[in-house]
Amino acid sequence: MTIIRDLTNGIWKENPIFRLVLGICSVLAVTSQAKNGIGMGLAATFVLVCSNMVIAAMRNIIPAKVRIACFIVIIATFVTVVDLIMEAYFFELHKALGIFIPLIVVNCIILGRAEAFASKRPILNSMMDGIGMGIGYTLALLVLGSIRELLGNGSVFGVVLLGPRYVPFLLAILPPGAFIALGLLLGLMNKINTKLAL
Amino acid sequence: MKDILELVVVLTAICIVAGISLAKVYDITKEPIAEQRRIARMKAVNAVLPAHDNDPDQNKIQIPWKKVKGKEESILIYKGLQNGRISGVSFEMANMGFGGELKVMMGLNPDGTIQAIEITKMAETPGLGAKILEPKFKQQFEGKSLQNCRFKLKKDGGDLDQISGATISPRAVVDAIGKGLNFYKQNKNKIMQ
Repeated sequence: MTIIRDLTNGIWKENPIFRLVLGICSVLAVTSQAKNGIGMGLAATFVLVCSNMVIAAMRNIIPAKVRIACFIVIIATFVTVVDLIMEAYFFELHKALGIFIPLIVVNCIILGRAEAFASKRPILNSMMDGIGMGIGYTLALLVLGSIRELLGNGSVFGVVLLGPRYVPFLLAILPPGAFIALGLLLGLMNKINTKLAL
Repeated sequence: MKDILELVVVLTAICIVAGISLAKVYDITKEPIAEQRRIARMKAVNAVLPAHDNDPDQNKIQIPWKKVKGKEESILIYKGLQNGRISGVSFEMANMGFGGELKVMMGLNPDGTIQAIEITKMAETPGLGAKILEPKFKQQFEGKSLQNCRFKLKKDGGDLDQISGATISPRAVVDAIGKGLNFYKQNKNKIMQ
């Protein structure tokens, strides 16, 4: 049962964006469109699952003193693999995500889960944690991206929803809009959590 | 001492394995990536050239343009042929946009008027600068030449439409196209050979 708990942990209770508030930089940057949010989320999930599994498998071999260096090498390897494969087989998506793929290397969620979880637990649990955290991360990007695209461009996934009469609220897709939207969502999540706890 | 040895051995081993796997993946994806880039480029070339019956990928020449930090920079020109005669040329101009480098593929008729343009690379803000991708913006260049148009935005004293909320991105595109037309004018004889 711990496996299920490890899986669901990342989706709500310890959602990397809304609860842990980790790796915010790239989240703010890519969520101006829902599509980019999903692409970034899936790429990061793949890296997270792979690195979590490899690090869990090697947790007894990696010396504590150089663990961070080892984690970073492993993570950077997977990120480069994702970058190359995406460019070779998903050219359009790769073009849209641009610089943000290489930036997954320095995404704190991935190193954070390696350090806090995968380096102490078995492979299966770490894989579940990676999947759960990845889903949580992707969902957060999807929600944020959809809200910003809807307000700022009147569309979601490129499909116009608000019609030609809607005057786009441009601030929503500019950097300040990312902070404001994320702040409001964080507040909402906290409110829901306090309500649930009562 | 034993400690340090262990650190060195483990870290080295991890780096070796990582290096080998990366080399392998690079090797496998190298050709598909080159092919994808070529397809994307040729799609843009064919879209902006006037009617032609050749494969422009087979009719291309390098023309030196300017020196950047002592290094000669050249532009690759694709020629469109119709019944063996040059019906138009196409080449790519780069400029700095708001979110990084921006590239415009432009197609010209032999007399130097613009057939069409295509944005081949950009990282502008979605919803603002990225509107340079919209047909409404791109189509205003069709039929324009150095003779009948000042290649500046209206607010900079030129003849071309800007985009509300974005200045830098359309200005970069207009600037790149203006430079491209001047390049063509100066090198027309070499290109037409």
